[in-house]
Amino acid sequence: MGIIKTDKLTFEYIRRDEEGNVEGITCAVDEVDLDIKQGDFIAILGHNGSGKSTLAKHINAILYPTEGTVWVDGMDTQEEKHLWDIRQEAGMVFQNPDNQIIGQVVEEDVGFGPENMGVPTKEIWERVEESLKAVGMYEYRKHSPNKLSGGQKQRVSIAGVIAMHPKCIILDEPTAMLDPNGRKEVIRAVRALNDVEGITVVLITHYMEEIIHADMVYVMDQGHIAMEGTPREIFSRVDELKELRLDVPQVTLLAHELRKKGVNLPEGILTIEEFVEQCLLF
Amino acid sequence: MSLILDHVNYVYGEDTALAVHALKDVNLVIPDGQFIGLIGHTGSGKSTLVQHLNGLIKPTSGAIYYNGEDIHEKDYDKKKLRSKVGLVFQYPEHQLFEIDVFKDVCFGPKNLGLSQKEAELRAYAALKQVGIEDEYFYQSPFDLSGGQKRRVAIAGVLAMKPEILVLDEPTAGLDPKGRDEILDQIAKLKEETGITVILVSHSMEDVAKYVERIIVMNHGSVLYDDAPKEVFRHYKELEQVGLAAPQVTYIMQALAKKGMPVDTSATTVEEAVQEILRKMPQKKILKEKA
Amino acid sequence: MIRDITLGQYYQADSVIHKLDPRVKLVATLCFIISLFVVDSWVGYVAAAVFLAVMIRLSKVPFRFMVKGMKAIVFILLITVVFNLFLTPGEPLVTVWKFTITEEGLRIAVMMAVRLSFLIVGSSLMTLTTTPNSLTDAMEKLMGPLKYLKVPVHEVAMMMSIALRFIPILLEETDKIMKAQIARGADFESGNLIKKAKAMVPLLVPLFISAFRRANDLAMAMEARCYRGGEHRTKMKPLRYHAADRVAYCVLLLYFAGCVAIRVWL
Repeated sequence: MGIIKTDKLTFEYIRRDEEGNVEGITCAVDEVDLDIKQGDFIAILGHNGSGKSTLAKHINAILYPTEGTVWVDGMDTQEEKHLWDIRQEAGMVFQNPDNQIIGQVVEEDVGFGPENMGVPTKEIWERVEESLKAVGMYEYRKHSPNKLSGGQKQRVSIAGVIAMHPKCIILDEPTAMLDPNGRKEVIRAVRALNDVEGITVVLITHYMEEIIHADMVYVMDQGHIAMEGTPREIFSRVDELKELRLDVPQVTLLAHELRKKGVNLPEGILTIEEFVEQCLLF
Repeated sequence: MSLILDHVNYVYGEDTALAVHALKDVNLVIPDGQFIGLIGHTGSGKSTLVQHLNGLIKPTSGAIYYNGEDIHEKDYDKKKLRSKVGLVFQYPEHQLFEIDVFKDVCFGPKNLGLSQKEAELRAYAALKQVGIEDEYFYQSPFDLSGGQKRRVAIAGVLAMKPEILVLDEPTAGLDPKGRDEILDQIAKLKEETGITVILVSHSMEDVAKYVERIIVMNHGSVLYDDAPKEVFRHYKELEQVGLAAPQVTYIMQALAKKGMPVDTSATTVEEAVQEILRKMPQKKILKEKA
Repeated sequence: MIRDITLGQYYQADSVIHKLDPRVKLVATLCFIISLFVVDSWVGYVAAAVFLAVMIRLSKVPFRFMVKGMKAIVFILLITVVFNLFLTPGEPLVTVWKFTITEEGLRIAVMMAVRLSFLIVGSSLMTLTTTPNSLTDAMEKLMGPLKYLKVPVHEVAMMMSIALRFIPILLEETDKIMKAQIARGADFESGNLIKKAKAMVPLLVPLFISAFRRANDLAMAMEARCYRGGEHRTKMKPLRYHAADRVAYCVLLLYFAGCVAIRVWL
């Protein structure tokens, strides 16, 4: 069993109208089976409302399945006694950088998780230092979060999670509200965590250029997994992705369009170098 | 009929130690009917600039003329200006407040002192322009999806019948399809009404397909102001100020560098496809195909 | 527009007062306020003035920052003075038309003015030298014993510090929504009171919705980071008394004893 495993995970919620009468049942996550290996970089794609955020909240035991089971490091999230262990092992970073920073000083925010876990004071300081260094925000430790850029705030949030020493980290659209520079900063920090510290990463996003380096990509639609594979496999299915309200990087699209016009390029080109190399073969 | 910015400077927190020179000697002419992209990273001054356009911020020095009149003259009608230069803020769905969609869109025209009837007519037209169907008119704006909320918010400004429409990051937080839908809708609106549109964005890729002119802001000044093709020629300089040309530009540049004789000025995928097909040895393509 | 509130905001400086444990400053401020009502003679006020002046000097906060805090209460101060001046019965001193200033009135008016201004300067000295964060920490610690009376001390302190963190964010948001509505022709300035109140709806509704959304997000983020109330919790920056704090307590005790002595014997 991998670090995160789900078995026929289903989550339904009841829609009510203004008087509280049941309008119907929405199935946000529909029989999802996942098995994520320790140390992998996983990307979950999907348009807004495809159920990807709902799925993510199950891994951190914020939501519980209506049917099916979720295990984090072998622990069933529905068992009350594992709750705090699961939340420590599977850290979570959310979309809005302003709404997840609790401290009024960067270092105090990073210390918030360890404080909650009851880590001794001296060790909290050590953890805060190493986590801030890991995301390159150590020199800002005394700053007020309000004065930081969006990308910096998200890196502080990531440090806040790392300070809890998790085995995996789930990022729920961490870059959706950032500008291109902020986006790059955050993705760089996340990749470093995965490469250097070996932390399992589950990145939820709809920016295709962020998933090129993932080990495995899942595409969600209407609560279920519509596509899965390596980035190259996923990107070679351009038309299917478009149907799922997603797109591909311009280089992949260009290769795809040329192919349609009869140029014999391989599908699933991910980088400019690859594309140029293939073009020059003609 | 145009909007002119003449040597506009703006300093935040003047007379304090924390003074920030947000705009430095900005000179721009915005004629009728242009489709303009205003690009810059966070803190480049682009948001400050757009708030000058409808008089929300008064320049520290310099002047802004709308149709030949100084908008900061004493008895200039600011309210009228704000109806003529419609400004849609980032995440505009955060300003929705009425109990239903239709009433919310009526808010602007009613503030202009129009009759209920006239306001409703305008609201109806505006909602149609952004592609909101009748079935949503009497729903609470808070029950709509993210993309729909944004359309309603844009309609709220359109209902004031602006001559210039300024949209600050209209695609922020939307998924790729939602982004394309909104941008296509704006392009269509531009086509049909001939309104001037200024699209504020930090993504060159988003605007390259639509606009005829790009203004690049950096550190409060105008760095480039030209047609997209001309601006993207400076892709290296753009990178230095934290921006990037569309990926297509880099692809074409890389191809040219490796010896394929392509014209590197393509700015969209379609243009690149055409250009590469033109320059590829045709026989080989066909042979490979066979 | 609304961001210009500076009353009693933290002033960064490296001084003895800044370095004191926030609990000491909180207790000292309380004692100082009480002492103002304990003393009732000119000697007492001189003592309080000297004490305050020394503290201000030690804090290295420029005097004009203190005065800034005073500006906000000038109006209240004036009303108090005027009322006491004219409405206190006693020995008439001067009579202008129908108004009479009595000797007692003059005495009480001056005393009230001194008390009030000392009170404001004294408490703004605390907020000027202590970050809001450490103030909440101090409150949590000082009120600690109330836990046994089922008062949710930790939770209250947490709420206060979260509120402090979100005030600037919400102010910025207010500014943004206001501008957005002005861009849609809204008018927040003209009209009578009722019209003005009505004009606030397009501002307040979005602001409340946003505040609730933020609260919701934040609660989720806190839970995801293992927050479960005050129990099992350790502190990154626990409060510890140092030598200087003990000295400060002694000084405070001396001052307070002095005030009581003045009251009793003079």
